[in-house]
Amino acid sequence: MDQIPQILANGVYLGAQYAMIALGLTLIFALMNVLNFAHGQMYVIGGFVTYTIYGAWGIPFVIALAMSCITLAILGALIEKFLFAPVIKKSARDESTMLLAAAIAFLLDAVILLVFGEKQRGVPKLVDGTTILGDYTLVIANDRILICLLAIASIVGFISFMQFSKTGRALRALAQDRVAAQLMGVNVDRYSMIGFALGAMLAGLVGGLLVTITGINLGMGGPTSIKAFMMVMIGGAGVISGAIAGGIILGFLEAAGLALLASYGDITYLLIFVSLMIFLAIRPQGLMGKPWG
Amino acid sequence: MFNNVTSKQWMGLAAFLFAIFVAVPMFIAATGRTDFYFTLTMVALLSIASGGVWLTFYIGRINIGQGAFALAGAYASAVMITKFSFSFWLALPLAGVFSALVAVLIGLPILRLRGVYFAMITLVLTEVVKLTSLALDITNGARGITNIPRPDGLSVFGLTIIPDFGAMENPKLGFYYLACVLMVLAFATLYRIVNSRLGHLCRSMQQNEELASSIGVNISHIRLIVFAISSFFGGIGGAMVASLTQSVYPNTFQVKDSVDFMLNVFLGGLGYVFGPMLGTLVIYFGWDLLFVAKEFQLLIYSTILIILMLILPNGILSLRLKKPGSDVAKAADASGLELKEGK
Repeated sequence: MDQIPQILANGVYLGAQYAMIALGLTLIFALMNVLNFAHGQMYVIGGFVTYTIYGAWGIPFVIALAMSCITLAILGALIEKFLFAPVIKKSARDESTMLLAAAIAFLLDAVILLVFGEKQRGVPKLVDGTTILGDYTLVIANDRILICLLAIASIVGFISFMQFSKTGRALRALAQDRVAAQLMGVNVDRYSMIGFALGAMLAGLVGGLLVTITGINLGMGGPTSIKAFMMVMIGGAGVISGAIAGGIILGFLEAAGLALLASYGDITYLLIFVSLMIFLAIRPQGLMGKPWG
Repeated sequence: MFNNVTSKQWMGLAAFLFAIFVAVPMFIAATGRTDFYFTLTMVALLSIASGGVWLTFYIGRINIGQGAFALAGAYASAVMITKFSFSFWLALPLAGVFSALVAVLIGLPILRLRGVYFAMITLVLTEVVKLTSLALDITNGARGITNIPRPDGLSVFGLTIIPDFGAMENPKLGFYYLACVLMVLAFATLYRIVNSRLGHLCRSMQQNEELASSIGVNISHIRLIVFAISSFFGGIGGAMVASLTQSVYPNTFQVKDSVDFMLNVFLGGLGYVFGPMLGTLVIYFGWDLLFVAKEFQLLIYSTILIILMLILPNGILSLRLKKPGSDVAKAADASGLELKEGK
């Protein structure tokens, strides 16, 4: 039982990261009904940009992080404008965008391989030292605390942006009802692009934050996408509060599973998958989703 | 049974059968590129599994989990052959049945999901089967099952129908013929299903499940049957791949393979029974041919995919001029329009 404070701390830390990844994915889904397979790859690109600027060139971390966000926002906007928008207009079925998203995931993988190589990359720690509380019941590295606080601040910032800014209102209107939003004078094409850029930017931001702790490598894209899908399923697709809830729940499950089930081998994710399936059988739309998305 | 097939379509079928059973082996013998046998055998086997994915799309579900059932089938046949010394010819259909049973078990809860939710949960399935095979003892964990014996001979009443693959002079050719026969059978079955009462019910479900249900279609029953058939194809494909490569590992079918199965179907075109076959050929063969590009392989491949999507978002077969009598194409168009207008 003395593990509980540590598990809770790890859960908060993982949950905050995961929630940000899921937020971007769910935003894109809510706006355009696109399941963005390339989300994990966008996260990896964000990590590599921060690595290059902060780790390799030695420019301050804040600038590197900002560059990660800007790069991904531009990339997201370009992908939406030149790839998704034309295909959505021309294709007879919404599902065709899935093929496009998968192809983009492959393309980004190829670009990452050519530009950044296949090596595992890490950067110097932001802050040194560890915080030890209550006679070694709780040990957390200081840089993890910093990253966790930054992630929570970003989530709060994102929610207030969606809630109070004009762009945020337009995006929410678009997510609620595309046609009605258009009738109310929302420039649908423009805000779709902004929304996609914003979702991609969030992925880049998490990548930039996490590279300081876990490092980054080419193979992290696919598994990250799968985790993001799971969080979105737990919380409900296309709902912002659901993405946050899903991220935090998955973070806590993973932290608890890795600590408590370590003696049974690598079965944490197997158990999470099975319980997810049972959960979805009872509540198919997730915790907060609208029935049938 | 196939009385709605026109003579022109029979001709096309005959030409196709001639091409795969006579022309391709002759071409390979003439050019000496025997490595094509492996590639083409894989194309045939993967297109069987892709055919299953296509069928689940036919009831309006996007299935990105065929890798899970292929892996389950591969393991089932490998365990039956190596641990219980079953004959390959018994293990192959049983592997399909095993996958179908798993599909029924999993399908009962998850087939209630729709649209993107179903797509996401099926995507997770591949990972589940992989982790299960890593955790179980009978599947040998990460080491997988290797040295699976080649298919043995099959004889009925002393009459040898299929010779022993191990004793064959050219087992590659044997596998090629076997895979082609299975592929032809699988797609004949698909064609038959689509043009049967079940096919009509599936189309009604693809367009509107509530409406179909309200006029007395037992939708939960049908989607379970369709999902089971689809996974049966996946299991057969997986078992054959395991037998061809004589090994199966937890990584034999990964999430990427599941996505590939879906890509095959989408690329070939969702409204056409034979779309999965063409899509698999283009994707697998294209990937293989691009091997010469070395580190640019993935870049070129994905760029071509994206360009194809931009030019032909409805699949390659949508290029074909639509025949007025082809009700499958018409139904596909109608449902496509429906989706567009419903937005």
